[in-house]
Amino acid sequence: MENFLQQLLNGVTWGGIYALIALGYTMVYGVLRLINFAHGDVYMVGAMTGYYAAHALGFAAQPSLAGLLVTLAAAMLACGVLGAVIERVAYRPLRLRGAGRLAPLITAIGVSLLLENAGQLVFGADPKFFPALLESRELVRVGGIALSNVQAVVLVTTLALMATLEFVVMRTRFGRAIRAVSFDGQAAALMGVPVDRVVMGTFVLGSALAAAAGILVGLSNPKIDPLMGIMPGIKAFVAAVLGGIGNIPGAMVGGLLLGVVETLVSGYLSSTYRDAIAFVVLIAILLYRPTGLFGTPQTEKV
Amino acid sequence: MAGRTPFHSSWAAARAGLLGCGLALLGLGSGCGQEGGEGPPGAREPIRIGHFASLTGDTATFGQSTDRGIRMAIEEINARGGALGRPLELISEDDRSITEEARTAAQKLLQRDQVTALLGEVASSRSLAAAPEAQRAGIPMISPASTNPKVTEVGSYVFRTCFIDPFQGAVMARFAREELKAKRVAILFDFKQDYSVGLADFFRKTFTELGGEIVADERYTSGDIEFRAQLTTIRAASPDAVFVPGYYTEVGLIAKQARELGLTVPLLGGDGWDSAKTLEIGGSAVEGYYFSNHYAADSDSPKVQDFVKRYRDKHGEAPDAMAALGYDAAGILADALVRAGDVQGAKLRDAIAATRDYDGVTGKISIDENRNARKDAVVLKIEGGRFRFYRSVPAS
Amino acid sequence: MRGRALLLAGLVLLVAADALLPRVLNPYYLTILSRIGVAVLAAVSLQLVNGFTGQFSIGHAGFMAVGAYVSAAASVYLGADGLAALSGSLPASLARALYFPLPLVAGGAAAALAGLLVGIPALRLRGDYLAIATLGFGEIIRIAILNVDLVGGARGFSLAAPLHPEVDLRYESLGAIYAVVALSVAVIARLVYSTGGLAFRAVREDETAAESVGIATTRVKVEAFVVSSFFAGVAGALFAHSEGYVHTNSFSFLRSFEIVVFVVLGGLGSLSGAILAAAVLTAAPEVLRGLGEWRMILYSLLLIAAMLVRPQGILGPRELVPGFLRGRPGGPRAPA
Repeated sequence: MENFLQQLLNGVTWGGIYALIALGYTMVYGVLRLINFAHGDVYMVGAMTGYYAAHALGFAAQPSLAGLLVTLAAAMLACGVLGAVIERVAYRPLRLRGAGRLAPLITAIGVSLLLENAGQLVFGADPKFFPALLESRELVRVGGIALSNVQAVVLVTTLALMATLEFVVMRTRFGRAIRAVSFDGQAAALMGVPVDRVVMGTFVLGSALAAAAGILVGLSNPKIDPLMGIMPGIKAFVAAVLGGIGNIPGAMVGGLLLGVVETLVSGYLSSTYRDAIAFVVLIAILLYRPTGLFGTPQTEKV
Repeated sequence: MAGRTPFHSSWAAARAGLLGCGLALLGLGSGCGQEGGEGPPGAREPIRIGHFASLTGDTATFGQSTDRGIRMAIEEINARGGALGRPLELISEDDRSITEEARTAAQKLLQRDQVTALLGEVASSRSLAAAPEAQRAGIPMISPASTNPKVTEVGSYVFRTCFIDPFQGAVMARFAREELKAKRVAILFDFKQDYSVGLADFFRKTFTELGGEIVADERYTSGDIEFRAQLTTIRAASPDAVFVPGYYTEVGLIAKQARELGLTVPLLGGDGWDSAKTLEIGGSAVEGYYFSNHYAADSDSPKVQDFVKRYRDKHGEAPDAMAALGYDAAGILADALVRAGDVQGAKLRDAIAATRDYDGVTGKISIDENRNARKDAVVLKIEGGRFRFYRSVPAS
Repeated sequence: MRGRALLLAGLVLLVAADALLPRVLNPYYLTILSRIGVAVLAAVSLQLVNGFTGQFSIGHAGFMAVGAYVSAAASVYLGADGLAALSGSLPASLARALYFPLPLVAGGAAAALAGLLVGIPALRLRGDYLAIATLGFGEIIRIAILNVDLVGGARGFSLAAPLHPEVDLRYESLGAIYAVVALSVAVIARLVYSTGGLAFRAVREDETAAESVGIATTRVKVEAFVVSSFFAGVAGALFAHSEGYVHTNSFSFLRSFEIVVFVVLGGLGSLSGAILAAAVLTAAPEVLRGLGEWRMILYSLLLIAAMLVRPQGILGPRELVPGFLRGRPGGPRAPA
């Protein structure tokens, strides 16, 4: 039992990371119907930015909660900008030309490759140790299960960010604009919603969340490298689909669920299938409920 | 689609293909003029050595390290006058960590650059892809770090200067059983990397032959950063030790997470652990663990000390196993060149095969009849944040 | 009549190339040419599904993997005996030429079966969902193969039969490779540019409308998928036999993306576009070798730029070469 709870805790913490990245995918898909393959690499840039910021601002040497928050903010800001730039330079021109669905996909692949290879060039291909911005210590121990302060921070931050996003999307005008564009882009434009700005804002938000995920991962699994975004990117994407792509609460639940399933399968069945399980889940969901757990079945009008 | 009328024909499509090929060839041909073979080289004409490696892509860090080691060796050799009165010129080609690219990179070096010898690769799969080309071209190839026994079986021109899996796996199996008196061992290996799979296989075999029991057999993939699921399962099996024959890219985190989960038994590893990153990422978590390696950086041998210092001065960090192995592979090659007295393929090959007790940084190396390296291993213990020599294990 | 003349000319060209090229070009260039052949076949087979049937498939490398591994396993475990026996009674090159189609067909058939198994469930999905599903299947196939010890797992698989080490199972003949590629392209071209082939494009243009005029869209889609997978398998088999060694690393989703790029960059719905893009983009990394670590950065920038400048691809939905067969039923000049 204790084992199970430990695995559950592992899974939930890890799932939170997937959730944060998945949110970016799902929001962009919602407004653009585009699978932004470069998103996983934005997460990587977030982690790398945090690494350099922490070292430059001296937090690596002096761990503190304040240092963590500043690093987090710096990374989120930097990646927000990166997301905006990517949208503006790589996707918007295609959108304005009505270039269909496959061309932006290719561009997304191009951007992804660019970030990864530039990352190797700029950051170096070797893995880096993410500075411990918090002195790791045990907070709570129930039976054989330990919860460290780092894990607690990850969980709390993930929840806080998700709650903030929920607030922004449901309670602000901007959020309403996002929902409008997701629901029907053309109608929204006709109603005077500044679609271009909404799209850019969505990218900024999604990228900031990915950056946060990068920092949190740096905290709890302190090894970062330029290719670290590939697998988590794909898995987070699966999580978004699991929850219903385009659906924000869906991405949160999808992420958590995938994290838990992955951990439990890895722990109880066989660790060989850890990566494969994400794809199996994906196929299963697509076959039995393609719109995801929370998505609404789409009817096509003829 | 009114207006323009494209004509269609199956053969037209085929012609388009030929057109495409033509364009492609044109592009490649633009480099034609640079092909080697401009006549018999003059006395000061450099001897070209080719190194194909994963300089970019997912195992870039290994390829780059190896390249640095090789480069440093070549620079030093040239500073001493080169080989056969000629400087050595290193040409490195990137295979992007892609299996078939290793073959093309090797071919480019062999055919376009007309190298005298090939160095490479770290990954056995990529060595296996390229080796047949070297064999066919009659150019000796030395792999500095591929451990799959099959690599040298490709042909008489393929060598290696590192351990092979059967040897290293047995070293740690024996160590676990005899030194640590472990009866139950768990294995956590990287099932995407040939090196790790091979080492785990041979460890399993030897350990069970010695009467031990493998109580858990868990896997991960290189690039993973989350191992708690597997480690929790291992913890539940109560092993006396855990064998982690992976690369330093993951070992640090594995150690950390193991400690977090309360796993206090020692972790054991192979030469893939040899890197400053293991200490950097693992920190205090790796204290008290053991791994097998080619050499000990704290050995009093002046050769080793010199190498470590020079590498550190040049690159700002201690050399890892790849760099050291690359360094020695290049050194052995140069040594063989001198002994052969000739750059001709067959003569060089014979000279490499005749290498005996070459005094390298990674130990005294002799090439055996299977073209593998015979050298002693050492077991290192991590103590005080450093790798310390613990025991030596003679080559069987 | 001109068709027959062209056929003969093509054959002569291939035989000549096969004999002459190895004398003129060194193995490095020969390898690149064989890779181009494989890439062309992979691209054209994907074009059938993505370009002509409008289905968004991005897991193509998985089918190539099936073809590569099944054909390699067939050669190593089954074929070596046969080839050894044949080589005993026939001149070596003839024996090998007779043998070679067998593993190709085996690989193609296995891949086609995989295509059927994947296609039937996956093709119920539309658009992006299909894309995701094919991506997932591609990865599942790859990971599954990685776990089969019989074909090497992480250690890769060499085309060397343990019982017949003297038998050379590799087949590097450029002429043969291009003959297979040309034949396959011809078959696919025949398939799409025919009256029956109009069904593919009908499904692409408007699936609901096609359904309503009586086209069995699911069957058409599955058909395209299976044919496409067959040829992907053949491409994989060609790859395996010309390389002599396979590893699952060669069939990751990155490879799938590469093939999708060939198809989109060449122009969706254009066979010659796919061929052109496949040839150029396969040769590109070699041409750009001098750039060292900037190679892939430049490549990705070119990719982005190409899409921004010309999102419909180089040739759009048109074909390149003027043919002499105009007004072919099913060709774009057919009455609307």
